[in-house]
Amino acid sequence: MGLLKKFLPSQLFIRSKPSLAGGRGIAFRLSFLILVTTSLIFIGLFGYYYAFSRQLIEDKIEEDATHLAQATANRIDKVLGATEKIPEDLSVFMEYLTPETEGLSAVIKNLLENNDEIYGTAVAFEPYAYNRDMKCFAPYFYKDNGKIASTNISYEYFSWDWYQIPRELGRASWIEPYFDEGAGNILMSTYALPFYQGVGEERKLKGIVTVDISLSWLKEIVSSIKMGKTGYAFLISKTGTFVTHPNSDLIMNESIFGIAEARGDNSLREIGRDMIAGKSGFARSVDMISGVEGWMAYAPLSSSGWSLAVIFPESEVMADITRLNQRVIFLGIGGFLLLYFIIIWIARGITRPLRDLTEAAATIAGGNLDAVLPSIRTKDEVGRLASSFYTMKDSLKEHIRNLTATTAAKERIESELRLAHDIQMGILPRIFPPFPDRKEIDIFATLVPAKEVGGDLFDFFFMDDDHLCFSIGDVSGKGIAASLFMAVTKMLIKAKAVKGLTPETILARVNEDLSLDNPSMMFVTLFLGILDVASGEIVYCNGGHNPPYIIRADGEITQLEGTKGMALGVMEDLVYKSRNITMKKGDKIFLYTDGVTEAVNQQDELFSEKGLETGLSDLKNHALKELISGVMDRIETFAGGTPQADDITMLIIGLNK
Amino acid sequence: MRYELIKRPLTYCLALLFILLFISPAMPADLKKAVFIPHWVPQAQFAGYYVAYEMGIYRKHGIDLAIIPGGSETPPLDLLKDERAQFGSLWLSTAIEARAQGVELVNVAQIMQKSGLILVAKKSGGIKEPKDMNGKKVGIWDSFKVQPKAFFNKYNLDVKTITQSYSVNLFLSGGVDVASAMWYNEYHTILNSGLNPDELVTFFFYEHDLNFPEDGIYVMKNTLDQDPELVRAFVAASLEGWRYAFDHPEEALDIIIKNLTKEHMPASRVHQRWMLNRMKDLIPLTEAGISGKLKEDDYYRVGKGLKDNGLIEEIPPFAAFYQE
Repeated sequence: MGLLKKFLPSQLFIRSKPSLAGGRGIAFRLSFLILVTTSLIFIGLFGYYYAFSRQLIEDKIEEDATHLAQATANRIDKVLGATEKIPEDLSVFMEYLTPETEGLSAVIKNLLENNDEIYGTAVAFEPYAYNRDMKCFAPYFYKDNGKIASTNISYEYFSWDWYQIPRELGRASWIEPYFDEGAGNILMSTYALPFYQGVGEERKLKGIVTVDISLSWLKEIVSSIKMGKTGYAFLISKTGTFVTHPNSDLIMNESIFGIAEARGDNSLREIGRDMIAGKSGFARSVDMISGVEGWMAYAPLSSSGWSLAVIFPESEVMADITRLNQRVIFLGIGGFLLLYFIIIWIARGITRPLRDLTEAAATIAGGNLDAVLPSIRTKDEVGRLASSFYTMKDSLKEHIRNLTATTAAKERIESELRLAHDIQMGILPRIFPPFPDRKEIDIFATLVPAKEVGGDLFDFFFMDDDHLCFSIGDVSGKGIAASLFMAVTKMLIKAKAVKGLTPETILARVNEDLSLDNPSMMFVTLFLGILDVASGEIVYCNGGHNPPYIIRADGEITQLEGTKGMALGVMEDLVYKSRNITMKKGDKIFLYTDGVTEAVNQQDELFSEKGLETGLSDLKNHALKELISGVMDRIETFAGGTPQADDITMLIIGLNK
Repeated sequence: MRYELIKRPLTYCLALLFILLFISPAMPADLKKAVFIPHWVPQAQFAGYYVAYEMGIYRKHGIDLAIIPGGSETPPLDLLKDERAQFGSLWLSTAIEARAQGVELVNVAQIMQKSGLILVAKKSGGIKEPKDMNGKKVGIWDSFKVQPKAFFNKYNLDVKTITQSYSVNLFLSGGVDVASAMWYNEYHTILNSGLNPDELVTFFFYEHDLNFPEDGIYVMKNTLDQDPELVRAFVAASLEGWRYAFDHPEEALDIIIKNLTKEHMPASRVHQRWMLNRMKDLIPLTEAGISGKLKEDDYYRVGKGLKDNGLIEEIPPFAAFYQE
């Protein structure tokens, strides 16, 4: 595994486990969206259902209540209407009769006896109409402990409602109810109508006939109306005053308008106005006692102009529907919860393999390719994803196995190359100064390979006591082949450079051997010189190599003349020619390969011969080692880290003074 | 045994509490007994007196007062003359009339500064200004006809007057076109019989130079001469009661409702609230309190009205009638 990590880019490995904390999972979103949608649908349906059922109930209530109010009003009207007949008949009598008329009192008494509701009746005359000496005359018959009693109204009655209203209106009228203390504090109302005397122009008002009727029966009728548990009916007079009401404190004490004012309920006032205006209707209202929301249906009494209302508390009317709604909501919530769990379950079922897969992927991403993938056998998208994932894991594993093998092979080759390099370097002279006992010369050389194994070579050895053979060469191409060719070349030189032979002969012989069996057509440029350390004479031969420099003790730097020889290994039977040059004490000969002059920088410029010559010129007075390392420094400075394509080899030999 | 130990101190405590309750509001020995008779039922029109009574303000001022519930059967004038009551509430015009007839009544405080009497008509009857009343039936209270008559004279109206009872039913049923009403009483009854203010038109007498301030406190000259301190205390306590009633309307209404219920009178809180609020309109409350002062020009205006109507022959001198 370590190997894998080494060779795969590090960003390939996600070290932290992928987390769901940042975003909600699919299961959550799925269940959330489904539940929200379901809730909205449920709420919408429920709202519609509620409104619709409510409307149905309301319509039904309106019908029932209106009917009930109307029916009760009619029932009361029937009694009041019958009551009205009595004083009407009496008023007709009074046009022709007087209270003194024989039998009139008997008739009146009879009326009282036969009509339970009637408490008393009066015949009140206009001032002085009965008698010129009597301003007030008003006989009154009434029930007293079951017997009929009679009296005369003692007070001046002309400005009393029961007298004045029918008088001023000129027609029969129901007077506002009142509590009659004399009759035992019972609720009474008076029906009064004028009677006249005379005909035509002469006809004028003579007085008022009244009946007082007890309203106890009215109270019974109205209070017998029950709507549910708390629904009730009430009756108001023409002025809106309560005539009957379950709350007896209100009766004759308070009007519907007073209640409206106290409650600050303007709609109740409007209902009241409709009621006393003789309209019937149905309206939303609040219960005057409890303040509970409800409905009110009302209908007028056509006889007295009073109005009957029936009140329904909404809670009671709607009790059934409320109960039903509660159940629907309860069932809805139950269903909702069930749905919730089912959705969660389904969503979990869908996402569990995904989650397992995610975890496995995270493990794999962490680098463990041997992680066990969840076994998903479904044939849906998740199953396909899992199978792709399987394939991916296997491919990845295979790929990494290949990569590991390749890498191992490459490593092996590279280590062998390093070994080859070491061997190559081993065959080149490495110890400086190489001949510490030869004080007349100094030698220094360096080889910087471009790759692990290079194709440059150099060598030097004494052929006899005075003759130093030295060479530098450059094999075409690089790598193992080049280095092998170089090794062969070096061995051949060593073998062929026998004492007494000239450089041209040595080169020719080396060329012959190289060319003899060279199927890969490799070649080597080679410079070979033999220095007579005693005389300073150098015999040299150049096989296509860069001409070396002579650095004279006086500072003059010159290139050696060429010998027009070709590179070795290309052709057999080549003939080489030698030249001579003499080094004086203090002179140096500098040899190099084209790796020096063809060193490149980042701009692809060459270090060039000119660069080399400048370097040599600047460094000419230094010791050999420093000179070479100085040139090397300059090359490195010039190249600025650009990897070099060719080996860089330098060899310098100095004749000591 | 243990229980007794605990119980006993409790019993002592209770006993002590009882003693404190009954003994501690120790009656000052020198409380003067007096009787007050308002000229009508115990409604918010007399809130000040009932509140002062209930709140112990009269006691605070050294009076052990009794209030006789007013009504048609107990005319204050009679009670004052008979010395069944020392203090009475009366209309200014009633009092001037009585004084002119020789009853030695003295006004010791004029509570109302404005007349609450109005004429009211339905707009639907076509009445918008005084001249529209010409030829119409107008309900007039027998005892309060001076202002309406002066009003008709002033606008040169020929109306058919009908004696009006204490109810407004004649007006509501259409028996009269215009009705007399007290701003603080019948007007609200009309509203609470289903007529809206915008359906009504009102004529305030004080807006027609006919301001006859009404309720005032009266005593017989005798009473005043014998015990001026008592009179002063009664007036001060009554004014304090009024102020308390205005400052604590709901408390005042509780007291009014209680008294009305006691008299088996219709006790409508909204009606009494309206009345109490209108009392504020008619009884000006200043920083210094309620003045209770009778203005001389008000006095002579009322006197002249009475004289013009032949109800009195001479206007009694103001100085003798009013004692501040």
